[in-house]
Amino acid sequence: MSAFLQIFGSLIQRELRLAIRHGADSMMVVMFFVLVVVLFPLGVGPEPSILTRISAGVIWVAALLSAMLSMDRLFQTDFEDGSLDLLILTPQPLELMVLAKVVAHWLTTGLPLIIVSPLLALLLNMEASGYGVMLAALALGTPTLSLIGAIGAALILGARRSGVLLSLLILPLFIPTLIFGVSAVDAALTDLPSKPQLMILAGLLLAGLALFPWASAAALRQAAE
Amino acid sequence: MAEFIGQELTCIRGERVVFSDLSFAIGEGEVLYLRGPNGSGKSTLLRLMAGLLRPTNGTILWNGENARDDAETFRGLLHYVGHQDAIKTALTVEENLTFWAEMSGVDPEKRAVGEALEEFSLGHLSTLPARFLSAGQRKRLNLARICASPAPLWLLDEPSNSLDTESLGALRSAISAHQEKGGLVAVATHEELGSDTNVLDISEFTKKKEVAA
Repeated sequence: MSAFLQIFGSLIQRELRLAIRHGADSMMVVMFFVLVVVLFPLGVGPEPSILTRISAGVIWVAALLSAMLSMDRLFQTDFEDGSLDLLILTPQPLELMVLAKVVAHWLTTGLPLIIVSPLLALLLNMEASGYGVMLAALALGTPTLSLIGAIGAALILGARRSGVLLSLLILPLFIPTLIFGVSAVDAALTDLPSKPQLMILAGLLLAGLALFPWASAAALRQAAE
Repeated sequence: MAEFIGQELTCIRGERVVFSDLSFAIGEGEVLYLRGPNGSGKSTLLRLMAGLLRPTNGTILWNGENARDDAETFRGLLHYVGHQDAIKTALTVEENLTFWAEMSGVDPEKRAVGEALEEFSLGHLSTLPARFLSAGQRKRLNLARICASPAPLWLLDEPSNSLDTESLGALRSAISAHQEKGGLVAVATHEELGSDTNVLDISEFTKKKEVAA
């Protein structure tokens, strides 16, 4: 078991090292997130009450789109340079390798999004009571996005126009996370308990952790054939 | 006694029969040379041996047991070197090799990353980012993997491509050292890499299907 953990750690370490040396990739995702959110006050007008009303939804939709943007490279480079064959041929279960890649992906894209989100909430005039719940909901929701995205990223290997295909495949699957993520923040803003929504987000994450690596691994094995 | 056997293997790719009724046997300390013209299925056979592909028909046995029954253990026993070199250009030469040695699941004290780099004369380049490597150096780094962590079965797909004479010598001596330790090698190549002449000509098994069709 400890050997598994070491290998799990090695893979995460390699992914993080690659992400740091290709630092621009993660930065671009964060910049995209910020830009999308900034477009909304320009589009719907600077009326504070409207912005307050839509703040949670805008931040969540922008987070989904940004997560989307980073997803297609998750397995693509490994597929192109032959690393995927070798990862499949390691004696560890491929599901474990997928999970390590997802964790690394979340650390390099999901986590930065969570960190900048309070700034954007401020920009959209969100009320103070929503901040804590928004951070909690994003912390529970973004790992689920990475897990779902990994399935799509594995399925599109070898396809043409893979970026567009990926969006069509996985954006619909993001909907449950979006609904409960936004309604958790809305509940907090109207002084209602937001615990039920957070529990559902946690449940989605746990189910995803248990099931989605298997789906991604099956798709990866298919791609290598 | 390690033994690697394929029985009556048939492989169909994209509705085309690549080869049919192909059998092979590799014993301890033996090298099997796969020959055949381009496109005859040498790479396909090696991927099949590694378990990356499933045979349409036939079985692959390791020590008399179906390699698919305990796939994870079997994968721990082999090294596969394909056409793609699995090198991350942002990592240094040593980081690339160390990563794959770690992923092999072999005990740290049995790994030999430094020695493997020296063996393929990459020692002086170990801290260089891999994007600066030439094609031959990339190939050598990919080959160094097989020496960096021990595994009894080596599956090498055209390992001599873009290698100079000196590196070819390093590859030859790595293979013969592996043979002396009782290792098994299957290699698709146009070069003569060892003294043994255990040759499997794949084109014989591809012709058969044309008669049958």
